[in-house]
Amino acid sequence: MKARSNFLFHAYMVAFLAYMLLPLIVMGGAAFNDSRFPSVYPWVGWTDRWFLDLWNDGRMWVAFRNTIGVALAVVVMSVPIGTAAAILINSVGGTARSVLYGFMIAPVLTPGAVIGISTLLFWNKFSVPAGLHLSAVGQTSYISAFVMLLVLARLQSFDRALEEAALDLGASHAQVVRRILLPHLYPAIGAGAAIAFFQSVENFNTTLFTRGTYDTLTVYVFSRVRSGITPTINALALILVTLTIIGALWYEISRRRTMRRLALRPAPA
Amino acid sequence: MRDLIRRYGAPLAGVFVVLTAFWLLVLVILPYLYLFENSFRPYLPVVDIGGPKDVYSLNNYLTFFESPIHIYVFFVTIIYSSVVTALCFAIAYPLAYYLSKVATSAVVPTLFLLLLIPLWVSEILRSFAWFIILALKGPLNYGLMGLGIIDQPVRWMSGFRSIIIGLVYTYVLFMLFPVYNAVQSLDTNQIEAAEDLGSPWWRTHWRVILPHAKPGIASGAVTVFMLSAGSILVPTLLASTTSRWFTEIIQQWMFESQDWNTGSAYAFLLMLICTVFVTLVMRVFRVRLSDIAK
Repeated sequence: MKARSNFLFHAYMVAFLAYMLLPLIVMGGAAFNDSRFPSVYPWVGWTDRWFLDLWNDGRMWVAFRNTIGVALAVVVMSVPIGTAAAILINSVGGTARSVLYGFMIAPVLTPGAVIGISTLLFWNKFSVPAGLHLSAVGQTSYISAFVMLLVLARLQSFDRALEEAALDLGASHAQVVRRILLPHLYPAIGAGAAIAFFQSVENFNTTLFTRGTYDTLTVYVFSRVRSGITPTINALALILVTLTIIGALWYEISRRRTMRRLALRPAPA
Repeated sequence: MRDLIRRYGAPLAGVFVVLTAFWLLVLVILPYLYLFENSFRPYLPVVDIGGPKDVYSLNNYLTFFESPIHIYVFFVTIIYSSVVTALCFAIAYPLAYYLSKVATSAVVPTLFLLLLIPLWVSEILRSFAWFIILALKGPLNYGLMGLGIIDQPVRWMSGFRSIIIGLVYTYVLFMLFPVYNAVQSLDTNQIEAAEDLGSPWWRTHWRVILPHAKPGIASGAVTVFMLSAGSILVPTLLASTTSRWFTEIIQQWMFESQDWNTGSAYAFLLMLICTVFVTLVMRVFRVRLSDIAK
């Protein structure tokens, strides 16, 4: 009985992995197929022309630069905001804490379209036109919450006796933050920055309403799919998926290295 | 508050407060309030704004309630988003159980790495992949015909079928990871104790594992529902002639009619339904907001 149910579980897991990964493989494979409509079957012939088309597409490069610019702006804004918010909420308790927490989580539970529209309307009131700056602002409003959650989780393992000891020994408040608190938080801040960057690159819903006439990569892909689709998009998709895999591998390897280092370190008495 | 100043000194505490206040007020609360306020104002040419015609009314919401099509689309969006949420749970729960309690700990990190890849690939590419697969002359139809299972290409993109397929594919991992985290934290001894005491496997799940996994299920359900109801990419790329999603109507108001006021009324309705869903889930599962957001 146990063996059979385990076999079913293994089979289900393998089927699920295939379900998750095959579509991505089909999408990537179609980038090399010499057929006008992106597909892997029937296979017409091997080609690299879709990659050349992509390389020569000026609009794609503009969108690419815009995406990176917005993502960097989001990182620059959301990391300090999220870190400050986590430190703040960690020192308050009771009702104030739950109310603050509710407001901080609200943007994560709000559809991106609503965030985009409210950002657009609000800044329009101050005659700030739509554009990439608004996309960055709109994205920051919910991405900050991810940073906050990561840093807050890390703060749980922080021993505040260290802060007090430093203060007792004559350290200034700035020194306590710079030499004791922030070094403890760096892993979470780093992870937060990475997540903020990726979330921003992937964002579509908020960007769509705030971007004005500017393109980001997601908007570019979207408009290409809607108007005459060619495997150029698959070429771009393959590149992005490859970068993603490299990113995921790098993240996993560095995480395991940290785990191993922690395992080797003698347990604190 | 006093604790914050004592720990970090007034200047630094000030910096933390200012940054947080900027975020919550300027980026979150005021824009939401402004959206809400705008939804009660008429859509006017620039010269009339602030003039005698610029008065509060429920007209934008009446537009919604007087349009049977919009109401229909609204409810269809809610119903199908719920269906997607339920399907995601049905698919993800056995996997979460498998990953946390059945699989040997040697393979789990590798499995996670493989699952992380689709999670990190952006939503647009994941729906684009299904756009290719489900196309009339796409690989799925050719493949099935090649295997002799069907003799004519199937029109996959009809009704809401393709949208549901796309949404489940895109969001199932947002269900899997929170449920996994919750099941993972259950002491395996409890499962064994239940089995030793003669509980059949389904009762162990129903009485021991599922109750323990509630916060994770709540978190996954809220995320999947909100993302599905608010999705723009999947319902647009995988649309058929008969499928319409509420976000598409919002887009029409914003871009085609350029009527931002009615658009904000509709956006507010979308936000309202998500809030109602969150509240409902918190009630049904008896969990707090801090359990959901992790």
